[in-house]
Amino acid sequence: MTLNLSNRTLRVSFVLALAAASLPALSMRKDQPRDAVAAAQADPAQRASSPERGAIKFKQNCSRCHEAPQGFSSRISATVVRHMRVRASLSAQDERDILRFLNP
Amino acid sequence: MIAAEISTRATVFGAPQRRRNALGDIPLTKGRLSSDTRLRAEAYGEHMPTKQVFKSSEQRKRPRHLTIASLTALVLSAGLPIAAQDVPLISGGVGFVTSTSGGNTTYIPVISPVLAAPLGKHILVESRATILDAYFPKGGGQSGYTSSSFLGLSYLQMDYIANPHLTVVAGEFLTPFGTYNERLSPIWISNFESAPLIFTLGTMSTGSSVGGMLRGSAFSNDNVSLDYAAYFSAASTNEQFNAQRSSGGRADLYFPKAGVEVGGSYGRLLQNTHQNFSGIHLWWEPADSLVKFRSEYAHGPHSQGYWMESEFHLANSSSVNTLRRAVQPVVRWQQTFRTSPDPADGLPSTDTKRVDFGLDFLLPHEVRINSSYSRQLSSAQNSNIWQTGIVYRFLFPTWRGK
Repeated sequence: MTLNLSNRTLRVSFVLALAAASLPALSMRKDQPRDAVAAAQADPAQRASSPERGAIKFKQNCSRCHEAPQGFSSRISATVVRHMRVRASLSAQDERDILRFLNP
Repeated sequence: MIAAEISTRATVFGAPQRRRNALGDIPLTKGRLSSDTRLRAEAYGEHMPTKQVFKSSEQRKRPRHLTIASLTALVLSAGLPIAAQDVPLISGGVGFVTSTSGGNTTYIPVISPVLAAPLGKHILVESRATILDAYFPKGGGQSGYTSSSFLGLSYLQMDYIANPHLTVVAGEFLTPFGTYNERLSPIWISNFESAPLIFTLGTMSTGSSVGGMLRGSAFSNDNVSLDYAAYFSAASTNEQFNAQRSSGGRADLYFPKAGVEVGGSYGRLLQNTHQNFSGIHLWWEPADSLVKFRSEYAHGPHSQGYWMESEFHLANSSSVNTLRRAVQPVVRWQQTFRTSPDPADGLPSTDTKRVDFGLDFLLPHEVRINSSYSRQLSSAQNSNIWQTGIVYRFLFPTWRGK
């Protein structure tokens, strides 16, 4: 088996690789306003999230199977909660509340 | 014989049970026969065409350029989100399990790592593997022990959170049928080291599917939530991605204040003879109650069965008595009914009853000890099964997040 690539194929591959690698960055930029105060002001549900509400959500959902992870930063907790959002089919509001509970 | 033996042993620690397929492979590892692994690797090595690639200097330059260009693009563009991105995690459980039945004891050191890697705000790549060594008596009048190693992927999937109500999943994922497969099979969660007898019904025997899945929370408020999952799986005979062609789904209705969840599952096997599987589950887990109850029923074309499990807490989480909080008695009752012979569905060949009594200890620092005694009754054979397991739950961020 030999690999025989033309220059055009290389250029196209480079552009595709650049585009694919840029997706997370573009996605971040698009969502950054949603992470900011502006999003909280625009979304009443997000504004209502609180550690107390998150504690209740955690007790009603997560603690059915396991205890709360302790002592992790918000960036780490965010991954944990997103992982569980998918696995436990949590709602977006539950995800925000529980994240606030883990990192008030 | 060894494969069948290990298949049986493999069920004791709660990992998805893999059925032997027509090729005689081991179920747990999705087809990888441990004794064949080295031979297959060597065979692949002999036939891999690496020495024939990049023969000429011109051909060597092109892939080098492509590699450099791609890496440069990745570094330049991926460098921006890294600073603000959530931290990828490696978590999971490492443990040691023993199972004694009929005077024979099997020892299983096991590690089950989980990867969760977010990409931006909408994508999550996640995977879980199981790596173990099983040490069991040689049998056949021979003294001493023999062992077999396993490496199997439970899932390797990419999740795209499309909107608050929909997540699109692609890759290999745990088949969403019933509750045990997705929620209770991790070794750091399950109350017992053995999976329920009906586990293979509806999960298409492999426990995993390869294809696509739509899932999410259809709606949710303080009083009730409705979750759903619907999937389609292609047939795959790959060693690490073994799956059968099937489709199905599950829907759950959860009342959080009462702690009650009811749900139904459906699966249709589309490979060879089409078969329908259905199931229902009921969980009752009030938040501050000292008793939790879980149950599941599954029905297949040749067999059916159910399990009911109760766990008792001697003190609630606010109690200052740490010993009473740590001890957790559990009991599980299960029964299977054989309506017609089917050696492939994974259930006992005759009607079977089984009761499991367990005493679990939830220790500090994410350590859990499970111990249980089981009595299994059937017209084929009555047996006693003793099982113990100690599991440490770990979690490592790949870098220090702020």
